[in-house]
Order: sequence, then C-alpha cells, then structure tokens
Amino acid sequence: MLQVSNINSFYRKIQALWGVSLRIDEKELVALIGANGAGKTTLLKTISGLLHPASGSVQFLDMRIDQMPAHSIVELGVSHVSEGRRLFQDMTVRENLDMGAYTHKAWNKKEETLERVHQIFPILKVRSRQLARTLSGGEQQMLAMGRGLMSRPRLCMFDELSYGLAPILAKEVFKIVKTLREQDIAILLVEQNVRHALEIADRAYVLENGRIVLEGESRGLSENELIKQAYLGL
Amino acid sequence: MHSFRVTSNKKALFLALLIVILIFAATMPLYIQPYIIISLTSIFMYIVLTVSWAIFSAPTRYISLASASFFGTGIYVWAILGSALPLPIVVGIGGLVSSLLALLTGLLTLRLRGLYFIIFTFGFSEFVRHSSQWWEINISGTEGRWVVGVDHTIIYYAMLILAFLTLITAYAIRRSRFGLALQSIGQFEEAAAHAGINVTAMKIMTFAISAFFMGAAGAIMATRWSYIDPSIAFSPLISFMPVLMAIFGGIGQLYGHILGAGVLTILAEVLLTEFPYYYMLLFGLILLAVILFLPHGLVGLMEKWWKGGLAGKHANT
Repeated sequence: MLQVSNINSFYRKIQALWGVSLRIDEKELVALIGANGAGKTTLLKTISGLLHPASGSVQFLDMRIDQMPAHSIVELGVSHVSEGRRLFQDMTVRENLDMGAYTHKAWNKKEETLERVHQIFPILKVRSRQLARTLSGGEQQMLAMGRGLMSRPRLCMFDELSYGLAPILAKEVFKIVKTLREQDIAILLVEQNVRHALEIADRAYVLENGRIVLEGESRGLSENELIKQAYLGL
Repeated sequence: MHSFRVTSNKKALFLALLIVILIFAATMPLYIQPYIIISLTSIFMYIVLTVSWAIFSAPTRYISLASASFFGTGIYVWAILGSALPLPIVVGIGGLVSSLLALLTGLLTLRLRGLYFIIFTFGFSEFVRHSSQWWEINISGTEGRWVVGVDHTIIYYAMLILAFLTLITAYAIRRSRFGLALQSIGQFEEAAAHAGINVTAMKIMTFAISAFFMGAAGAIMATRWSYIDPSIAFSPLISFMPVLMAIFGGIGQLYGHILGAGVLTILAEVLLTEFPYYYMLLFGLILLAVILFLPHGLVGLMEKWWKGGLAGKHANT
C-alpha cells in the first residue's frame, strides 16, 4: 500500500534520512522506533508531503506522491497525527473533528464518520461542545487521533502518541490503536516507547541516525540482543 | 442539553429582533427627519466596514489596516462613473475593483504574518493614497473632483441593503465549512494545512470578499459628498475605525461588531456636535477606557450581566 524507496531527505541543510526504504501492506500495523533525532518525524513529514525528498520515491496505492502538496495527499487517504497534538485550542471538540473531515470526500460522509469516531472515543461525544483547551492531556490525544480518523484515511500515521501521557493512559491509547486495524486502516506507529510499540505491531523498523538499521517481525525484534540492550533496557 | 436550549433560544430571539429592526429600518424615511436618516446611513456604513473587515480579520487573526484603500477605491469609482451609469451598477463595479485590488495585495502580503502583515497593509493604504494624489495632480491636473450627488433617502436605502447583504454573507461564512477553515487558520496555520486546506488560496479569497463590501460602501458614500480628494477618500481613519469598532463591540461575535459600529458612530456624532474642539481627545479617552476595562468589549460586559443574572436566579430557587 505504501512503498518508500531509498529516499534521501534534508531538514534545512542537514541530511536527515539516508537511503531509507519502508513498506506497509494493507491493514498492517507497523512500528517505527528510534531515539530522539533519529529522523522519525522527518520520515513522516516526507510521506505526508510537508517535506519533499531530494531523491528516492514514495508511492501510495501505486501512485507517486513524493512531490505532491500536503493537502492532496490528505485527499488520497493518508492521515498524519502529529507530535504534540496541534489541536485548534479555541475551537470546540466537535469543530476540531469537523476540520479533520475537511476534504471534499470526507465532508460528505462526516456524520457517519463522526459516529464511528464517537464509538471509538466515547469521551469525545461527552465533551463535544467544550473547547479543546479545556480537555485533559489524555483527552486531547484522543481528540487528535479522532481528528486524524475523520478524513477516512486508508493509512494513519501516529507520531509519539504516548508522549506526555501517564502510563495508564498510554496503555489505553495503544489498545485503541490496536482496534483501529479492524476498521481496515493501515497504521504507521512512531514511538519512543519501544516495549508497547513492539507488543502491538506486526512488523517494526529501527531508525538510527537517519538510516534503517534493523527491520523484521515484532516478535523476532523483541528477542534481538541490540534491541534488548539499546531500547528495552534488559 | 441545557446549553443547547439557551443557544437556540438566543438564535430565535436574534432572528425576531432582526426582522423587527429591518421593517423599522425600511419604513423609517417615511416619518423620521432627514438628520436622523443621514446619521443612520453613517451607522450602516460603519456596520458594513466593521463586519466586512471582521469577515477576514476576526477568524484568521490577520489584522488588516488596508480598509481605507478599498473604501477609497469605491469612492473614486463613483467619482469617475457616477454620472454615466445607474447607482447599483456603479456600486457593484466599486466592489469588484476593490476586490481585484485585494487579490493583488493578498498575493503580495498574505505570506507575511503578525506585526509584519499589519504594518504592510497600513503602508499599502498610505501608498495608494499618495500615489492617487500624485496621479490627480500630475496626470489629471486637479487636486480633487466634484461628485454627482444623490438624494439622501436613496443613499439610505442603498446602504441599508448593502449592510443587510454584508451581514448575511458574514453569517453564512461563519456557519459554513469555509468559515470553520478560516477559524482553524487563525488557530494553527500548520495544522490547518495538515487537514487538507489550501491555506494561501483561502486567505486571499476571503480578503477579496471582505474588500468587495468595503468598495461598494465607498461607492455609495461618495454620493453624499459633493467634493472629494485623495486625502478624504483614503483617510487612514477608515482603516482604524473598523478595528476599533470590532474590539469595542467584542471581536468574537457578529452582533458585537454591529453593536460596536452602532454605538461608536453615535458616540462620535454626539461628541462632534457637543464638544467640537475636544472631540478627538474625548473619543480617544473613551477608547482607552474600553480597552483597559472591557477586554471583551460590550458583548463581554453584556454576557457578564446575563450570566450574573442567571446565577442570581439559581441562587433564589
């Protein structure tokens, strides 16, 4: 479904990605792990069109998207829930969700999608008329995820979902991510919380200094000595 | 549930009030003296300017000080075409020419943000004033122009209709997907782009819509003055007034803009007739007081009373 082939990307003048390749199949849950500054966010931004790679290609549903503007890529069905939530703080929960469905295709089915999102995150229905800024950290993260789903994506990319959340809430959020694949959505999960990420993902890629250094089935990776030492602290 | 009922009641009340005001306004010239009709026309003009300014600037938080250039363009369109074509057509042309000017400036300025945008729009407005002054003196060979006048009742009705159209447009935009997108641009421009909005195109388009009403208002108002020159037509006061009126009334709500425009126009008129020498001084002091003590404008004050009243009722039962 998504095929990233051999891309080199620059962040300003610094090369942040070196020959990175990555593949996600239909309904697959893939984790991308790595330390701070490894290039995870740059890779997501390159896929969603906020950055364009200097070389290499990104294909989505057999279409080349690496030179498309961000708003067209959203239209194709790629949703990016970015780090730090980036909500519209002075708009209501409902308005934030509506904005997620801004593309023409999604807008026509807004009510139907909203119902589905409310089923996944019942709290968002309760908070419907509240301003986003009045939500707790966990609720804000759920709103960000809900807004990402409102565009009816085929592929959803989550950047640091557990960031700043209490462990119990982080667990909750991961549980929800797991249920999303039953809705026919492929997921690329970017995480620093490696233990949780490997628990729910089918496959994983490890990014270090802008290069993919390891890839494989999650189960195999969690047995890998390097992963154990560097990321799981065993 | 409770809050829902309150808002829908408020909406019905607002609608009823609007209809009453409209009937009243439409029959007014039949039984009211000309002085009041002329004053009301000024109020409508400022409602048009403030509401149309707010169509763009309130949700996006891009504070524009270019209103005078759009208003003045409308005035000059009337000065040039007023004697040749019927009023509604000239007013339409005035709006369109201003829109075109806004498209052009939008392309130049809307990549700027915050303070840079404010300063640029103000500079642009002054640039238009000075270059038309230069044009009039060096090319046309006159300082000012005589303008074809129109009966004050006709001006009144024209401005009433324009104010009504402006309000409908502002209301429709606020309620739509388009308005939501504008608001999200003001909240978080990057996230708005993320949601699939073509941010630049949307800003430029809205800027042009807002300029249309300002230009149309200029074309109508020009008929009231018998003589115009660039320093009258492009007076910087027209750039500042909509901003002040919107803040005075309360920037978040449509009725705040109407209230602000209405109250400030009346206030200015009263001050001007009662204290002709200290008019500007007093006006400035009042504005200072409002900004210091009423950060949410008149609407904020009213809501405080309204909520206070409700709380009192609850306490009694």
